[in-house]
Amino acid sequence: MDRRLAIKWMLAASAGVVMARNPMLGASNPPGIAEPEPPFGYGKDSNLMKASKPGDYWPLTFTELQRRQAAVLADIIIPDDGKNPSATSVGVVDFVDEWVSAPYPDNLRDRKIILDGMAWLDEESVRRFGRRFAESSEADRLVLVEEMSRSQKAEPDAGSSQAFFRLVRDLVGVGYFTTPVGMKDLGYVGNVPLATFDGPPAELVAKLGLVDEVKW
Amino acid sequence: MPLIDSGSTAKSYDVIVVGSGAAGGQTAYTLTMEGARVLMLEAGRNYDPRTESPMFNTPDTAPLRGSGTPEKYFGYFDATVGGGWTVPGEPYTNVSTEKNRKFTWWRSRMLGGRTNHWGRISLRNGPYDFKPRSRDGLGFDWPISYEDVSPYYDKVEMLVGVYGTNEGLENTPNSPEGVLLPPPRARIGELLARQRGRPLGIPVIAAHRAVLSRPLDSKNLPAKIHPGNAKAQRILAEDMQNRAACFWATDCGRGCAIRANYQSTTVHIPPALATGNLDILTQAMVREVTVDAAGKATGVTYIDKTTGTEHHVSARVVVLGAGACESVRILLNSKSALFPNGLANSSGLVGKYIMDTVGASWNGQIPLLESLPPHNEDGAGGGHVYAPWWLYKEQRAGKLGFARGYHVEFGTGKTMPQGFSSFGPNADGNTSYGRRLREEARRYYGSYVGFTGRGEMIPNADSFCEIDPKAVDKWGIPVLRFTWKWSDHEFKQVAHMQRTFADWIAAMGGTSKGTPSPDGSKAIEPGGAIIHEVGGTIMGDKASSSVTNSWSQTWDVPNVFVADGGVFASNADKNPTLTIMALAWRTADRILDQMRQGNL
Ligand SMILES: Cc1cc2nc3c(=O)[nH]c(=O)nc-3n(C[C@H](O)[C@H](O)[C@H](O)COP(=O)(O)OP(=O)(O)OC[C@H]3O[C@@H](n4cnc5c(N)ncnc54)[C@H](O)[C@@H]3O)c2cc1C
Ligand code: SF4
Repeated sequence: MDRRLAIKWMLAASAGVVMARNPMLGASNPPGIAEPEPPFGYGKDSNLMKASKPGDYWPLTFTELQRRQAAVLADIIIPDDGKNPSATSVGVVDFVDEWVSAPYPDNLRDRKIILDGMAWLDEESVRRFGRRFAESSEADRLVLVEEMSRSQKAEPDAGSSQAFFRLVRDLVGVGYFTTPVGMKDLGYVGNVPLATFDGPPAELVAKLGLVDEVKW
Repeated sequence: MPLIDSGSTAKSYDVIVVGSGAAGGQTAYTLTMEGARVLMLEAGRNYDPRTESPMFNTPDTAPLRGSGTPEKYFGYFDATVGGGWTVPGEPYTNVSTEKNRKFTWWRSRMLGGRTNHWGRISLRNGPYDFKPRSRDGLGFDWPISYEDVSPYYDKVEMLVGVYGTNEGLENTPNSPEGVLLPPPRARIGELLARQRGRPLGIPVIAAHRAVLSRPLDSKNLPAKIHPGNAKAQRILAEDMQNRAACFWATDCGRGCAIRANYQSTTVHIPPALATGNLDILTQAMVREVTVDAAGKATGVTYIDKTTGTEHHVSARVVVLGAGACESVRILLNSKSALFPNGLANSSGLVGKYIMDTVGASWNGQIPLLESLPPHNEDGAGGGHVYAPWWLYKEQRAGKLGFARGYHVEFGTGKTMPQGFSSFGPNADGNTSYGRRLREEARRYYGSYVGFTGRGEMIPNADSFCEIDPKAVDKWGIPVLRFTWKWSDHEFKQVAHMQRTFADWIAAMGGTSKGTPSPDGSKAIEPGGAIIHEVGGTIMGDKASSSVTNSWSQTWDVPNVFVADGGVFASNADKNPTLTIMALAWRTADRILDQMRQGNL
């Protein structure tokens, strides 16, 4: 499955399997030539038990200016809502930086979209409001974000500011909702050992008009 | 010392087992529990699930939030070591560049092989599945029938522990009373799929997975598994007590440190080592089986990967369990004056009739499942229900246009968010952010269902592997080259899968993205992509038309056996691993018997 075609939060529907692109589905090599080995990132035998943080396996590459812009964008996409903290407070900027700095083909493609988009956003902000995006007023920033969010298309045109924003939004969302804070906000309550698995609550089963008719 | 290095192998063994996955693990287990001296050779590194399974680790502590990458396709925490669609330094090639003419090969390089991260779905082949040609004139019949294998299915299920129910459905065999463990309760989305599938005629029943829903009965099972063998019973009873039941959390694909699911490394290898009859040599890449002047196998030659040096070990019997294609490679690379076309290849059929499972998927969003109150849906780290093939009658009547069936596996529920996923556009087609993004994420999370079809491929002469005339791996060993072709049966089956899934999603009140194509050749996954490759050393009743006999013994070299899926003469929709283990057990019993009689 090309993950680009995944609809919304599809990862929840595939029994925990999050797949990258199968290289066999990609561009074809001449006959008799083996598929190329992927670029080296964390390798095929890293220590899975060890917690890592962005920057541990490949250097982060955002400049100070890019980091600042990414932080402002991230907190517009997921602000503190009074109950839950904002995107920047759970390390989302580091994650986006890690993503665009990774050596894999999908990441290299996304890197171009993100870096080009960020450069464009600052230019556009200077052109219209006289200041870079991160230094503009909140109202001015929102004007630009609102414009970028209006794609009116399932898949915004490649190279458009809408496509850039869609990707930034997805990365910020993924970066946020895969943290313990984000999972709690979503309502994921698993990853704890249980003595028994009791299935869905009886009231819920009844409410949906289902019968837990399964006889076991 | 059970884990040995190449300097400390014994002078000779009763049996050399190549590979440590489902095939090698089961073979070594049966042989050592019954007293044979076994050397297991594994190309990968030693691996211990008790200390290496990142069970509760959260994606914020993983690179890229745990996303799949070309280095870890199934996500960062997937247990696979040293492998994936490519293995560093160990290439393979394809003859064609077309997507539907290529084979893609998943391998791992670790003790226990792919059983450390497999899906644990454990289905018995039914009676039809051993005699497909007799039913529809296509492919091959096996030289054995369901009755030959069923006692071994019983034993494997008792040993590894499989949850499921007996429903008595057509070609979907029951297990004897007391063999299966109780399945976990269905999740809410699974209940909905079950209810809405019924009017469509689709039966949704308990999945069969190799997961301990309760501790194994260590009092009674060992005597049933090893009648008359007190030592084996004692070792197994003790080992069963050291396997905990599932605690209903964590993804089985990461491995199970508490030994609650089947991995060769947690189920087969520990008791086999406890017998004192097993030596294991890891990082040992077997290159060829060696033979004497009489054409009998004498042992194997392998490369010690830690030093790059070549070694030879001897045994009375050699069992290949390196995975269907890898065992083919070893046979074809075992060339000698007596066997110029490779070992056991007088039929010319080594490498021929490789099969995978036919696969396609389809996803939908289900409004009824939106905004449900949070409750724990982790369960047994995989599906709790599935749908066995149900259209036997229609197929027999020729109404479907394709000859063989498929079963349906599906995923629902609020599983742990990990890895990249697109949130897509909102209802207006725009990109949500701010408060609306949070609201939509909460609302839609867990409202998706993903169906996957797993169907039977009919073996054909255009799907095979052979030795590439030029390419070699980093030790200079010639590698495999694949040729692949699907038939219309598979394409039509895939179109039927997707249409069925789209109808099913509609019946659940949901919507799918797009409409399924009537042309299955567009949607079919590439050969090998389902990772159920079998065939290549198929069994049969004649030396001219098969590689092994009904005991998985090669016709040409009586002391060489194949324990992996290579011997499959057909590839039923049922996932292959339970059958691989049942046949490996049966083969090991035969080897023991023939050794006792002095025939080996
Ligand atoms: C993600 C995934 C999900 C799966 N889900 C299911 C499922 O739900 N149900 C199911 O039935 N099946 C499933 N499978 C398939 C299942 O894993 C295989 O059928 C099974 O592991 C095959 O067992 P095997 O022993 O033949 O091969 P393997 O498990 O691959 O073991 C072979 C071993 O031999 C070693 N080896 C290879 N070549 C050599 C050599 N030359 N010398 C020495 N050692 C060598 C390898 O390193 C490996 O360790 C799944 C597979 C994957 C990858
Ligand atoms: S779900 Fe159960 S069997 Fe699977 S890894 Fe977790 S504890 Fe083990």
